[in-house]
Amino acid sequence: MAPEPIIQVKDLVKHFPIKSGVIISRQVGAVRAVDGVSFDVNAGETLGIVGESGCGKSTTARLITRLLEPTSGSILYEGQDIAGMSRKQLKPLRRDMQMIFQDPYSSLNPRKTVGSIIAEPFVVHGIEPDDGQRKKRVQELMDQVGLNPEHYNRLPHEFSGGQRQRIGVARAIALKPKVVVADEPVSALDVSIQAQILNLLRELQHDLGLTIIFIAHDLSVVRHMCDRIAVMYLGKIVELAGADELYAHPRHPYTGALLSAVPVPDPVLAAAKKRQILGGDVPSPANPPSACRFHTRCPKVVLGTCDVDPPALEVKEGGNVAACHFPLTDSEIALQVPTAAA
Amino acid sequence: MGTYIIRRLLWTILLLFLISAITFVIFNILPSADPALLRAGKNPTPEGIAAIRQQLGTDRPKIEQFWSYMKDLVFHFNFGRSYINDVDVKATILDRLPNTLFLISGAAVIWFTAGVVIGTISSVKRGSIWDRVAMGSALLFISAPVYWLGLVVTYLFSDDLGKFPLLPGVGAYAAAHGFFAQAHALIMPWMVLAAAFAAIYARLLRSNMLEVMGEDYIRTARAKGLPGRSVIRHGLRSAITPLVTVLGLDVGILVGGAILTESVFSIPGIGRLSFDAIQRGDLQTIQGTTLFLALAVCLTSLVVDVLYAFLDPRVRY
Amino acid sequence: MAPLLEVKDLTVRFTTEDGVVNAVDGVSYTVEPGRTLGIVGESGSGKSVSSLTVMGLTRARNAEITGEVLFDGKNLLEASEQEMRTVRGGPIAMIFQDPMSSLHPMYRIGRQLVEAVQMHQKVSKAAARDRAAEMLALVGIPDARRRLDSYPHEFSGGMRQRVMIAMGLCNNPRMLIADEPTTALDVTVQAQILELIRRLQSELDTAVILITHDLGVVAEVTDDIAVMYCGRIVERGPKDQIFAAPQHPYTWGLLKSIPRLDTPRDQPLVPIAGRPPSLINRPTGCHFHPRCPYVRPECVTVDPTLEPIPNDPTHVVRCLIPAGERKRIWADLKAGRTPAVAAVEAGITNDPEEASDGA
Repeated sequence: MAPEPIIQVKDLVKHFPIKSGVIISRQVGAVRAVDGVSFDVNAGETLGIVGESGCGKSTTARLITRLLEPTSGSILYEGQDIAGMSRKQLKPLRRDMQMIFQDPYSSLNPRKTVGSIIAEPFVVHGIEPDDGQRKKRVQELMDQVGLNPEHYNRLPHEFSGGQRQRIGVARAIALKPKVVVADEPVSALDVSIQAQILNLLRELQHDLGLTIIFIAHDLSVVRHMCDRIAVMYLGKIVELAGADELYAHPRHPYTGALLSAVPVPDPVLAAAKKRQILGGDVPSPANPPSACRFHTRCPKVVLGTCDVDPPALEVKEGGNVAACHFPLTDSEIALQVPTAAA
Repeated sequence: MGTYIIRRLLWTILLLFLISAITFVIFNILPSADPALLRAGKNPTPEGIAAIRQQLGTDRPKIEQFWSYMKDLVFHFNFGRSYINDVDVKATILDRLPNTLFLISGAAVIWFTAGVVIGTISSVKRGSIWDRVAMGSALLFISAPVYWLGLVVTYLFSDDLGKFPLLPGVGAYAAAHGFFAQAHALIMPWMVLAAAFAAIYARLLRSNMLEVMGEDYIRTARAKGLPGRSVIRHGLRSAITPLVTVLGLDVGILVGGAILTESVFSIPGIGRLSFDAIQRGDLQTIQGTTLFLALAVCLTSLVVDVLYAFLDPRVRY
Repeated sequence: MAPLLEVKDLTVRFTTEDGVVNAVDGVSYTVEPGRTLGIVGESGSGKSVSSLTVMGLTRARNAEITGEVLFDGKNLLEASEQEMRTVRGGPIAMIFQDPMSSLHPMYRIGRQLVEAVQMHQKVSKAAARDRAAEMLALVGIPDARRRLDSYPHEFSGGMRQRVMIAMGLCNNPRMLIADEPTTALDVTVQAQILELIRRLQSELDTAVILITHDLGVVAEVTDDIAVMYCGRIVERGPKDQIFAAPQHPYTWGLLKSIPRLDTPRDQPLVPIAGRPPSLINRPTGCHFHPRCPYVRPECVTVDPTLEPIPNDPTHVVRCLIPAGERKRIWADLKAGRTPAVAAVEAGITNDPEEASDGA
């Protein structure tokens, strides 16, 4: 059976205007946070979106959940375009799509008990009016995410970072959503706690049949969690592939450089690899480089081609979809990314 | 930067226009004392009143009055003439302005210096006896009304009726001639005006300092091996910047009249002028001083914002 | 080789309203010239406090510091504040986690560098400026002389960390303490900074203490590793030994709980149960026992000491499990068995669920 997309994103664009002027301000430019992004999310899968700060991955997450209004493009959710919907039209859809945020400290109201934080979605959507029932349901949820249901009346500050992220997860799954968008859900947590939350998300996905869009900068975490992965650079997807393909043979030089840069907790492998270190910084998204946006830092750049002719996302050797005129060869990969063979 | 200043100036003009319209409405359209009655003296005749009205122009339709008022204001920067004594309002304000400026500039220097010094020492020696005494008395000065403080200080130190006759007292400024005599006469008013501000600034600076001294870049300064004094200077550089904004606005408001201080010490400044005008129902003068206050606040806040861009390199317009 | 830095039995306690915080408890390590020591631990493990104490930056009124910090044979804990100032930023330099907030936002970069140079070298302002420009060029900032007049906000995060490193190295320190120097940076920038630290170290022969929570970073950069938990070193040894034959259950837990690129993608993560203990009310016995899947009755009462493992005096561990059993458990874990299975195989019969009271 062919995978069935639950979300189809097409040519999604988000520009944040830069304004200037003496009396009446007019737009003089734009930060092109997301600049023409297309991908499908299949029901029941975990799609990873990975990239460095400023690549547009969090903006993409906020566009899909419609916390932001897209500048243009379409987002089909179960065949229905939600890109241009009003707040009112979106309300029923918000039940189906929930978000988990990075910072478990600031995303919970410090004055509310855990019970009422988790029960919030029921109140907002006017579901289950019977109060006794609601408490029971909330306690079931707490149990499900590994919190002690007796802590129903405690306040967020009485919990550790990992437990707070569990509260955030419980709130997100309260209405049995179909899609959960997790924006850097573990990057604020200690290493020994990260694994607990990652395992919890996998368990819940298995039990509830969730579709997860997983946004992260940590390539090891994304590899562990995701079925397919989109790599973003300066508002564009540069490579999209299944996790096995992406990590075994990254075709875009940017993906290769990212994988090469990840420190490996194995001294032998670390000593063996020839690290590909990118020069310079990510250019400003207000004034991105022409054609291929990576050409200013790319080790394989061919001037006259890469800075003139924008590469299209197309299938490369091994099945990866990448936007590059000169994709990495297997021998280059073997040299730079020793973990690829593992 | 240039664009920003021009934009701010245009906004200032619009704001002043609105304020003059509002003051005109408040004083001319809403019920208040008829200036012609005030002017006509005891036992006025109806003909006399009518004549005065015609002379003042208050018998014309309100919209026409507003038009001519605004025309004078915009084209001649003319605030009109007092209904009471027929003196040109602008001339009076300009005449009084130096006294007010002298009063507040001296006071501002005193309160800013005192506030910064006391606040810094308090934050560095947090929790010490000095800190507690300083912050306790700061609270006292903040809660003490200026007229009360003025009277107490006069009772204690003025050279005519004080227990310890050390300083020139009430009315000394009006009688003094020459810069130094005037400055000497202003010592007491300066202290009284500066007291509450110094206390507020000391508390503000102390809390800013405590916050800044916990910043990472202060740790960096210490890790470089800088001596304590330099580390404090690093902290002060950040902690003092927001105080400059507050200073600008406070000075702006006071230029429009340090009403209480000027009244207590009989200093013929703009505050005293507004006070007298309100007492006498002198509408033109009230309107003039109100507009002048608005202008002063707008301009000082513009100056502060421009200054801020120099003090904090991260701010750009 | 004579050690450059020798920390002996360092203990740091802070008295707070809630009680005494045992931030660092009996920490000892040595760093030889030109070597790199990695200190690994999670938040609250005492890894940052111990190194700030070496710099004399934890001298608060509520702090009680005991032990010895011998730098070049001189005990820094007994040095006066005046003497410490000549050490800080001179022979010992430190760089911090967040380059965004570690530079004064209102002073130009040049001024901040010149200040550091003039603090420790009797040179003219012009000479200090030359030195500052030279250092910026060394750490790879293009157009260095002109960038002296820039403010920190005109630099990216990676560039600011380079400036911090330049500032740390401008007085030719003999030791650099880097506290999570790359945690706030993107992965490609992290690679740049780690490469820079490595290059400078080999060129300048500086000793480095690298504090991090990232096992990948220590594997790439360090020579020796100390693993800290709850204010103590629980395991210390040469890098290759720590990764090839880790000895402490906490080290095992760290190695098995992180997703990594060099293991099969579907290999499950094994989290460490529970969460780090409070530093005010520390567990009895071995501080790790409430989270340890291999806990034995004596672990609850007996506080283990750091002991060398058989046949390797450089590799020390703080654990009561006999060496032979530890070897067997790690072999099981390495083969992909879960801690529960490994515990049973090692003859430890307790219910690990008991210890995992929600995180």
